[in-house]
Amino acid sequence: MTPVLQLNGIVKRFGGFAALRGVDLEVRAGEIHALMGENGAGKSTLIKVMTGVHAPDEGTIRLGGLGISPQSPREAEAAGISTVYQEVNLLPNLSVAENILLGRQPMLGPFIRHGEVKRRARAALQRLGLDIDVTRTLGEFPVAVRQMAAIARALDVRAKVLILDEPTSSLDAKEVDELLTVMRGLRDGGMGIVFVSHFLDQIYSATDRITVLRDGGYIGTWDTASLPRLDLIGQMLGKPVVTVTGETVAEAHHSPPPATGIPLLSLQNLAREKSAGPLNFDIAPGSLTGLAGLLGSGRTESARMLFGIDPATSGKITLAGKPARLRTPREAVRHGLAFCSEDRKAEGLFPDLSVRENIVLALQASRGALRRISRKEQDALAEQFIASLNIKTRGPETPAGLLSGGNQQKVLLARWLALQPKLLILDEPTRGIDIGAKGEIETLLRSLRDKGLAVVFISAELEEVVRLCDQVVVLRDRHQEAVLQGPAISMDAILRVVAAAA
Amino acid sequence: MAFPTSSPSSVPGALKTLLWPLAALLLLLAFNAVTSDFFLHVEMRDGRLYGTLIDILNQGAKVMILAVGMTLVIATGGVDLSVGSVMAIAGALAAVLAADAHAGLWLILPACLGLAAVLGSVNGWLVSGLKLQPIIATLILMVTGRGAAKLLTGNDISPVRTITFDFPPLRFLGSGHVLGVPFSIVLVALIFGLTVLIFRRTALGLFLEATGNNETAARFAGLPAARVKVLAYAWCGLCAGLAGLVETGNLGACDPEQTGQMMELDAIFAVVAGGTVLTGGRFSLAGSILGALLIQTLTHTLLAHQVRPTVMPVYKAVVILALCLLHSPKFRAQLARLRPRRAAAGI
Repeated sequence: MTPVLQLNGIVKRFGGFAALRGVDLEVRAGEIHALMGENGAGKSTLIKVMTGVHAPDEGTIRLGGLGISPQSPREAEAAGISTVYQEVNLLPNLSVAENILLGRQPMLGPFIRHGEVKRRARAALQRLGLDIDVTRTLGEFPVAVRQMAAIARALDVRAKVLILDEPTSSLDAKEVDELLTVMRGLRDGGMGIVFVSHFLDQIYSATDRITVLRDGGYIGTWDTASLPRLDLIGQMLGKPVVTVTGETVAEAHHSPPPATGIPLLSLQNLAREKSAGPLNFDIAPGSLTGLAGLLGSGRTESARMLFGIDPATSGKITLAGKPARLRTPREAVRHGLAFCSEDRKAEGLFPDLSVRENIVLALQASRGALRRISRKEQDALAEQFIASLNIKTRGPETPAGLLSGGNQQKVLLARWLALQPKLLILDEPTRGIDIGAKGEIETLLRSLRDKGLAVVFISAELEEVVRLCDQVVVLRDRHQEAVLQGPAISMDAILRVVAAAA
Repeated sequence: MAFPTSSPSSVPGALKTLLWPLAALLLLLAFNAVTSDFFLHVEMRDGRLYGTLIDILNQGAKVMILAVGMTLVIATGGVDLSVGSVMAIAGALAAVLAADAHAGLWLILPACLGLAAVLGSVNGWLVSGLKLQPIIATLILMVTGRGAAKLLTGNDISPVRTITFDFPPLRFLGSGHVLGVPFSIVLVALIFGLTVLIFRRTALGLFLEATGNNETAARFAGLPAARVKVLAYAWCGLCAGLAGLVETGNLGACDPEQTGQMMELDAIFAVVAGGTVLTGGRFSLAGSILGALLIQTLTHTLLAHQVRPTVMPVYKAVVILALCLLHSPKFRAQLARLRPRRAAAGI
């Protein structure tokens, strides 16, 4: 089979950081090609290079044998590369037909031929087996239909390559089946399809070949049929399965399972529709519980549900033996929970406020506005945490936004520790921070656990989870698949659950 | 020491914010002092202070009062366009109560200020509860509020009328004197002091700044972000009510068409000139007072130099633009880029 799209040695740097370091990708006409990799592997950057959002610093793109260098998504589309994003990039306030033909409307002099627009839109949708009123505004339709409209647009431009970036994330099972059927139909029609998804079942049911990226590097391309799931995950995480299996439990230092007693927190069938769960596990005081799973497995969703950001719609939470409802973060905080979001900048930090103010805020909030923490006490708290967590800042009055990522993370940790919570939920606390700060945070977590704090720890790095946790809840496709405890925790055991065939 | 482990307080930061409006104000005062012989002249006549400076303070009182409340709303990342209409409603209610119902100040004050605060909290609820854009949420009251004020003062014969009253205590709010100082200035000092007390002596100010800086993070940190916002709008409404009483008291009458007309823009100007940015976060009450004084002084200066009132907004706009540019880190960075040449020559 001939390659329709060929990328060779693509390098893309942002400042000093290389997001892509010599990536190859070959998409054949008439295949569905999976692009796999964990967070930060470079998938999105690669897609942006293919679609003309980013110009590569090095490397070549050949489409149908001819070198191209698209400067914008529009140019890429004109050349024959169409993209459908997870959050569909169409205009919800225009009609379906207008969306499908936007920018390429058949004209008669200066006038748009509306009849022709509708006819062509209808024709493109019919090829996808969809018969809807194309004059209605796109926003009236569910995401699944909007995605079909985006694909129809690709059909109308006679795209040679169609890139589907996580198209299934917000679809239900039936819609996913329909989408996969459409994809197979297009493949059989000779289109080359690049498919990005975190759902292994979909990868294995639909794709012909798989290319894996890791940390911006090209790892390899395999026929889907010849790459077992465990191997795929091993390649994505950078742990060849042989060594993963070879890693023994003895390497990890787990404290003995905590003495039985009333668990601090107990979840019974806790779930939120279309988002997370059901979750069933207990958390003991002075323990570290890991939430493990691939990207999109529902780790963050579970944490947000627990902290009342996206509250559970069913199930029960028991806190220290008493039933509790956590419907808002405020309620969760009142019950002694604390949560560090994975998105420090958007959901954690107050960049313009000083380090001191960032640290005292949660404590002040729990005391109420009227019982202001005296300036002396604030200074003391700030000094104490700057020293104990080794926060590198010019001083307590420096705006927190000026600190490095690792130090911002420590400021957020300090904010919650000042509150002396019972349960600390940390979503990717070590992502994007340097190795040194990472080590410090791990050490800190261990010492907090030894002081009796319960910690829920989310990390994409399984080694970290295995190294630190006393209990690991393994999630897959937003469901709790297994709870591993103490000696049962190993890289191998987690991977086997993650990769388990449906 | 390269890394001071503790600085006495955040005063240097606060001073930096006040630097530009203060410099502009001083510049303007100096210009006036040079061009006019009697500009700085203040004298005591019949136990009252007279002089251009006193006039500026007196006439700037309404904007200063409005700016105090507006600062809090802008700190949350919002804006309140309805303050002018709230002034009209409060003024109309006061005039009706004084002229038609012959009520005492003990009723007029709480009724008007209470109503204004309630109107403000409705704004706050629209913004934080219904998640309306602040500009739209407050536009509703800006438009309907003036109509409501007309309803208050209207009767069967004339649907819109100016109500005049002869009620000395209410007139005192706008034109009285205490120890020779116009009472409106005393009111500015009172509301400023009270606001500082409520928002800076408690943690409310910090909550406001946190909510304005990153609302999601504020909620996740367990802050009552929604309630804090409602409070800011309520307080802004209360300030607008007070400003309405001052204007009505000063005139001895309330015209619901004219009371507080375009005042919301002056208040926003004052806050922005004072260094509180419209995107929310850090706020400076003192800066807003300076900003209001700056605008009033500018108005005086232009009047003194026979600039026609119709073209006056152009001059105001230039001053506002200059101040905003000076507050903008991006603009300052561009200015700084021009500097190295000179610096290199100097070194």
